[in-house]
Amino acid sequence: MLSGAPQYLVSGLTQGAAYGLIGLGFTMIFNTTGIINFAQGEFVMLGGMLAVWFLGAGLPLLLAVLAACLVTAVAGALMERLAIRPLAGAPAINAVIITIGVSILLRGGAMLAFGKDTVALPAFSGVTPILTLGAAIQPQSLWVLAVTLALLAGLRLFFAATIQGKAMLACACQQKAASLVGISVARMALLSFGISGLIGAVAGAILAPITMTSFDVGTMLGVKGFAACILGGLGNPFGAAAGGLVLGVLESFGAGYVASGYKDAFAFIVLLLLLFVKPSGLFGKAGVERV
Amino acid sequence: MPADACAPPLLDVSGATVRFGGIHALTNADFCIPDGSVTALIGPNGAGKTTMLNAITGMVSINEGTIHLDGQDIAGLPPHKRAAAGVVRTFQNLEVFTSMTVLENVMTGRHAATHYPILASLLRTPAFRRAERQCREIALDCLEFVGLADAHKTPAGDLPYGRQRLLEMARALAAAPKLLLLDEPAAGLNSKETAQLGDLILAIRDKRRVTVGLVEHDMDLIMRVSDHITVLNFGHPLASGTPDQIQANPDVIKAYLGEEE
Amino acid sequence: MKRPLAGQNAIRALLFLVALLVAPLALPNEYYLSIAILGCLNAVIAVGLNLLLGYAGQISLGHAAFYGIGAYATALCTTRLGLPIPAGMVIGVALAAAVAWIVAVPTLKLKGHYLAMATLGFGIIVSIVFNEAVDITGGPSGYVGIPRLALLGHEFDTDRGYYNVVAVVLAAVVLLALNLMKSRTGRALRALHVSEKAAQSLGIDIAAHKRFVFVLSAALAGLAGVLYAHYLGFIAPASFGFSFSIQLVVMVILGGMASVWGSVAGALFLTALPEALRDFENIDILVYGAILVATILFLPDGLAGGCTRLFRKFRRTEASHAR
Repeated sequence: MLSGAPQYLVSGLTQGAAYGLIGLGFTMIFNTTGIINFAQGEFVMLGGMLAVWFLGAGLPLLLAVLAACLVTAVAGALMERLAIRPLAGAPAINAVIITIGVSILLRGGAMLAFGKDTVALPAFSGVTPILTLGAAIQPQSLWVLAVTLALLAGLRLFFAATIQGKAMLACACQQKAASLVGISVARMALLSFGISGLIGAVAGAILAPITMTSFDVGTMLGVKGFAACILGGLGNPFGAAAGGLVLGVLESFGAGYVASGYKDAFAFIVLLLLLFVKPSGLFGKAGVERV
Repeated sequence: MPADACAPPLLDVSGATVRFGGIHALTNADFCIPDGSVTALIGPNGAGKTTMLNAITGMVSINEGTIHLDGQDIAGLPPHKRAAAGVVRTFQNLEVFTSMTVLENVMTGRHAATHYPILASLLRTPAFRRAERQCREIALDCLEFVGLADAHKTPAGDLPYGRQRLLEMARALAAAPKLLLLDEPAAGLNSKETAQLGDLILAIRDKRRVTVGLVEHDMDLIMRVSDHITVLNFGHPLASGTPDQIQANPDVIKAYLGEEE
Repeated sequence: MKRPLAGQNAIRALLFLVALLVAPLALPNEYYLSIAILGCLNAVIAVGLNLLLGYAGQISLGHAAFYGIGAYATALCTTRLGLPIPAGMVIGVALAAAVAWIVAVPTLKLKGHYLAMATLGFGIIVSIVFNEAVDITGGPSGYVGIPRLALLGHEFDTDRGYYNVVAVVLAAVVLLALNLMKSRTGRALRALHVSEKAAQSLGIDIAAHKRFVFVLSAALAGLAGVLYAHYLGFIAPASFGFSFSIQLVVMVILGGMASVWGSVAGALFLTALPEALRDFENIDILVYGAILVATILFLPDGLAGGCTRLFRKFRRTEASHAR
């Protein structure tokens, strides 16, 4: 009965790492601006789709991935400047809706530019599975985990050691005070969107060889990434990563043992249960907006 | 606190304790408001005045103690049932319904007192029309009373600050409360507006026969309109009595009257 | 100054109904009638969603689910269970309302983006169930064989006949919404949107009112769903997914939040738009997104707000000329 367990664990961790990265992107923007960016999933989609496109245009694989991530980072920054910045002072619901609008635009644009087909990115270092501990581990899975860890380490360094990183944390705690000590909140917002775009694109690019990608993967991935975020406690970046891993493993085991068709529903059921019962997540502090 | 100072009490809070985690906002606090009076609740910042208001209106639960309004135990009632029980409040930071007109704001004040089934409003039955007409008339009357009748069609958000304060009071009056609680009603008003506010408070007591409870920092206003004052300090009543008694009380002076404006 | 409270809304709704019934005479052929029918059904949902989103300020990104629940419920009742069509329709609406009631209790305690995500999650779960419960719903390829609407022995087998039914329903729903908003309940909803604290202090039960408007808007979506099912005779999960939920939100926002007429206009416009863009097949998603972004940025009050502002400007210039 448990024969599939190691395999489910591996695929769960792989997928979960990607969810964690997506959740991280949400957290970045939320921490700096207080906005939940419903277009985060589209950044992920763009990472994979643009990488495929750059590859088709002749760039070597890793350069294609890099280019895709940079372009998406710019897209994120543009989104902040053109769609979010003008809304300063408007009711919160406007920001929610405009990020939904941008996500639709990005999805529509991708459909026009890349067509409706599902495409695959080649794996970074081949497809020969590594057989160990009862599971066949794809080398790409190791890439996913490695890149995720590297990004997490890099972000930790960024927040702890660089002035911009500390400035972003300051905005997260107290926007008014941050601007009073000379931190440009607007620039931090721009930076946060750019970094979230980058992280999202990385998640998309490293996942694309495993799960394939198309113009409409953004929605599901985005919501699942948000679920990871909430699971770990909204605002806690490492909680988001941990939440993603838990979610990925739960989903994987659920699909394996219960019913694979309902696999996608797992993330949302977990999300709903969390929101109803403990919105502060596993690692968050209580005190979420509730009546 | 001598029991006869408060007879007959409209509001009787006894032994109220409110804890937020480790912080004791109110500790075994007694507070009463005599029927037909204007009673002020004063004290330094952090003394627990807002918490007491919130406890009376149900926005905060008391951990211990009782709250009786006109003999009825209201401590267990959820906040939205307290209006029907007879206590309505205004807010320190204006909470005017900016998306509605001045008249609609005050008609909303009649919510607890207007009753018709939703079906009646859908079908526009005669009972509905009568109730709405009555609601409108009472609302206009309240607006007249505070001096806002000319602005009844104005979007509430367009009123100047001082008039929005009057709107909140008209709205609360429309609920025909037994007890009206005013939370720093003079905040942000100039001296002329404050004087008019004082007149209005006295008129509410005398002409509308509504008991008024008042949390305020403006000492001149308090001394002018209050029949009865309770001083809170560190979540517990320090002294209680008439304005003259309070002004002369050495503990009160020591606690904060000396540092007041 | 005594203004009759009665009749104003009823007259407007009646005029609207007349306009609706006359409008098809301007359409070149029967094909456009089917668009008009769908437009009116979307308008029914949009009016309900506007009560929730525009008046009460509660966002729902999963409303297509209630549309689908109504449709599938009546489909199953009138085919598998062999119930008469009116019974199926009532069950469809009731089921949508019942599910909404159950969901509302925990969901409406949330606010802002948490509420948005919860409704989004709910909508996606329902959509997945529609796709996966193949034995019940027929799965992704859909459910066929739903009978055409028939009431009191008369079957509405022409598009024109069906359009008349739908027009009457829409006019009735508009009247219902207008009457509701100009009443104690309407004031309570608008109040709790601005300040829950103040609304509570005046005796308004916030949770009960939110639940009421959520269930009402779900019931209206369910009503549109049953009419949709008995019109097309065929339903598929793709019509009841996240994509349509978003389109509904765009309709309400474009029309102008807290405007019943605005929602109708937004729904009719956005139903007609893909037809106009039919030649530019893949652009419609893009256009939707662009409309949403542009509306929020430049016209946050929507079409209705824009019209009101224009009207006021016109009045002011008239008044200043008169002086």
